[in-house]
Amino acid sequence: MALRHLRVLEEESVYILREVIAQFEQPVLLYSIGKGSSVLLHLAFKAFHPAPIPFPLLHVDTTWKFSEMISFRNELAKKFDLDMIVHVNQEGIKNRISPIIHGSAVHTDVMKTQALRQALNEHKFDAAIGGARRDEEKSRAKERIFSHRTVEHRWDARNQRPELWNQFNGRLAPGESMRVFPLSDWTELDVWNYIEEEEIPVVPLYFAKERPVVERDGMLIQIDDDRLPLLPGETPQIRRVRFRSLGCYPLTGAIESAATNINELIEELKVSRLSERQGRLIDKDQSASMEKKKEEEYF
Amino acid sequence: MNTSSSKASSAASKDAALAEGEPALRFLTCGSVDDGKSTLIGRLLYETGQISNDSLQALETESKVYGTNGDSIDFALLVDGLQAEREQGITIDVAYRYFATGRRKFIVADTPGHEQYTRNMATGASRSDVAVVLVDARKGILRQTRRHSCIARLLGVGHVVLAVNKMDLVDYSEERFREVEASYHQFAQEVGILEVSAIPLSALKGDNLCVHSKSMRWFRGPTLLEYLETVDAGCPYVGDFLRMPVQLVCRPNQHFRGYAGTLSSGIVKVGDKIAVMPSGRTSMIDRIVTYNGDQQQAVAGDAVVLTLTDEVDISRGDVICADEQRPEISDQFQANVVWMSTKPMLPGRPYIIQQGTQRTNAQISTIKHRIGMDTLQEMSARKLQLNDVAVANLSTSKPLVIAPYAKETRLGSFILIDRHSNETVGAGMINYGLHRAQNIHWQSINVTKEQRAHSKGQKACCLWFTGLSGSGKSTVANALEIKLQKRGFHTYILDGDNVRHGLNRDLGFTDSDRVENIRRVSEVSRLMVDAGLVTIVSFISPFRAERRMARERFDDGEFLEIFVDTPLGICEERDPKGLYVKARRGEINNFTGISSPYEAPERPDIRLNGGTLQPDELADQIIAEFVRRRFIEDIQS
Repeated sequence: MALRHLRVLEEESVYILREVIAQFEQPVLLYSIGKGSSVLLHLAFKAFHPAPIPFPLLHVDTTWKFSEMISFRNELAKKFDLDMIVHVNQEGIKNRISPIIHGSAVHTDVMKTQALRQALNEHKFDAAIGGARRDEEKSRAKERIFSHRTVEHRWDARNQRPELWNQFNGRLAPGESMRVFPLSDWTELDVWNYIEEEEIPVVPLYFAKERPVVERDGMLIQIDDDRLPLLPGETPQIRRVRFRSLGCYPLTGAIESAATNINELIEELKVSRLSERQGRLIDKDQSASMEKKKEEEYF
Repeated sequence: MNTSSSKASSAASKDAALAEGEPALRFLTCGSVDDGKSTLIGRLLYETGQISNDSLQALETESKVYGTNGDSIDFALLVDGLQAEREQGITIDVAYRYFATGRRKFIVADTPGHEQYTRNMATGASRSDVAVVLVDARKGILRQTRRHSCIARLLGVGHVVLAVNKMDLVDYSEERFREVEASYHQFAQEVGILEVSAIPLSALKGDNLCVHSKSMRWFRGPTLLEYLETVDAGCPYVGDFLRMPVQLVCRPNQHFRGYAGTLSSGIVKVGDKIAVMPSGRTSMIDRIVTYNGDQQQAVAGDAVVLTLTDEVDISRGDVICADEQRPEISDQFQANVVWMSTKPMLPGRPYIIQQGTQRTNAQISTIKHRIGMDTLQEMSARKLQLNDVAVANLSTSKPLVIAPYAKETRLGSFILIDRHSNETVGAGMINYGLHRAQNIHWQSINVTKEQRAHSKGQKACCLWFTGLSGSGKSTVANALEIKLQKRGFHTYILDGDNVRHGLNRDLGFTDSDRVENIRRVSEVSRLMVDAGLVTIVSFISPFRAERRMARERFDDGEFLEIFVDTPLGICEERDPKGLYVKARRGEINNFTGISSPYEAPERPDIRLNGGTLQPDELADQIIAEFVRRRFIEDIQS
């Protein structure tokens, strides 16, 4: 690999992934379809080669993801013959939970947080591998690589174990579980450089294209399907935009950009003065809100 | 599906290429509570352009609410992450920050200043190349400065930057800076910190942080950032010879059997002769398999899958090593141990040790001494409290492949895990093995009584309870066994009545039968002590001679005679089995105390007042005596 520091990051992440298989009975990879997940999946191929990936992937589908994300997911699962579990909170569907009617906080809680809990319980997963990084948000700076969760899936600050060297303590009492974050030490730029180096497929939404959007609360929201009602005074416009971070489309703001390929994207990133999660509405609905979500098992 | 493949047009500047190419420098920042650490990191992030516009906006708002700088921006708020901490104005855990300049990438382990958070500091230091130790120019070197420096030294952090902060508050005085620098240099020499660079700065005003200070033109050294950008980042200690701890056996089908792991030391090439440790079986490298195709060689840090030319039984925890240069194997070694739990560490208590991919049971057999964190001075200790650091001997239930920490970080470091709570309670750095057993198969060691006891983390002994029927021997023995079990001791009770149902069912109560009864029981208890158990014998054993006979079967200090001294009247009143009534009626012959003598011990090792105290209290008395006699370390917890 041309970039030595990416190589170091890769080796460390591979080590962590192998530890997960060695230390847990029922691991799962939380596949969010985003760039982090793409990198994770690629690392998993590397870690277990020549054996296939020894755990299933789990996508918690809120039913409000960009349609391009869903088709990307389905094609990927087919292409690599992945064991892809898609979980939807049927309770939420029954109650017609929607980000538009119930707001981002309720929607995220029911369709994402509770849904994840349901899926973890149903399959009795004891380790869930996620693509979160410490540089994403302030409250993640103290997250462990092996992050302990109680039987109720709660993150308790006092229960977190000191992590020295590369010694990861994955021992659990019955019912407890671990979130594992192999990309903890990666930065957003590292992720993109690695995607470039390794030619990892990502959802095209990350690249600029003319897309139909409306401006709402200072954010550019893509009109992804006909479920997004226009408010008085809103008119759909075609803008050249891309997304830095992907979520539910009514809650995810686009940025205006001319970066149509990965090189341009990396160059844009280097001079950007906006944070990665700046377009994510769900981060802002309460003060210190990532911290609260973390305690409630959003990750 | 979009593949991002337009690589040709990569036109990154030379500086950026350098920054992206080099592995990140990992450094930790430490200092006392008000030394301005968060301000320093916040400002570093800000001045290197890591803070986005939206974060900056949020910061301005927050500065007005929580800030300690009036209306100006409080950089500390950029890094004091959790809401709870922000409200209390303290930092309570290790936080990791990431930034990059044109010359290098950085990973910062931000560790809190409070003295009680030694464990966080050790955590941060375990993976750092450089320690930035902050001091307040007004206060100079404090106890915590020394403490943090000592921990950095113990964890093997190669470089220390003494960041003399708040120079603006001492009028940028060179004299004051030199004073602080000189006193730190002296201390650093005492504790063996070899590389120290002192930099005067003001994190608040930005002096010598990223730009040279106009107020301290007398200082000709680098700014903190320049120093960090250029310091030669020594990697952790990596040895010269192949060591690859096996993480997983990779067996996708019948035709492939490989061993996945990351090389912790050395280099491996196809065709190399290797030994699998600790078994010592040898083979040859057949293939080095990676996702990117087979390789001819791999070096320390590479994650690979190795296949061998022979079918060798290898599992997780084994270490593939250079055949000619085998590592040390030992089940007993000396290490520096950092205790990280609020529950104290007690010698003899069993823990799980995790070292590399090896995991087994371990005990700290002895604490040699505690290491004072002021000057690394030796202090005596019988147990370890939270944040204590000590030199200790450990014994493990199976031999581990080890290396001195100062030579090979990976094989030389370990964590200790509580067997019940599963918490990581300690961390250690191996100094050396106590059995130099490199060339000896461990099985061939003649296992002694001491070793058997040692592997259970205890001193084997025989606790011989004597006393009248109904005196409370069995009740106290039971209470004692429960207490000992809770503390992780391996115990067994030989109870008079129970033994008479089996082993001694052919014996009656004549004097000669009583002697044979005691002979057999003392022989069995001797075997049990030989097996390493804390053996509790609860027998009336009325005759001095037989008790002496029993004692003589044991080594000095192994046999404790415990006299449960309960007056006959009370025993008769209790009469739990209705035997006294029968004896008085003449239905039982040779009943001790009534129709057969009881020869009370003249100098028992422990005399218990069984007439007035509760069984629990009596058991505690015995434990107190154990502690006094150093059978076990102080076990209040």
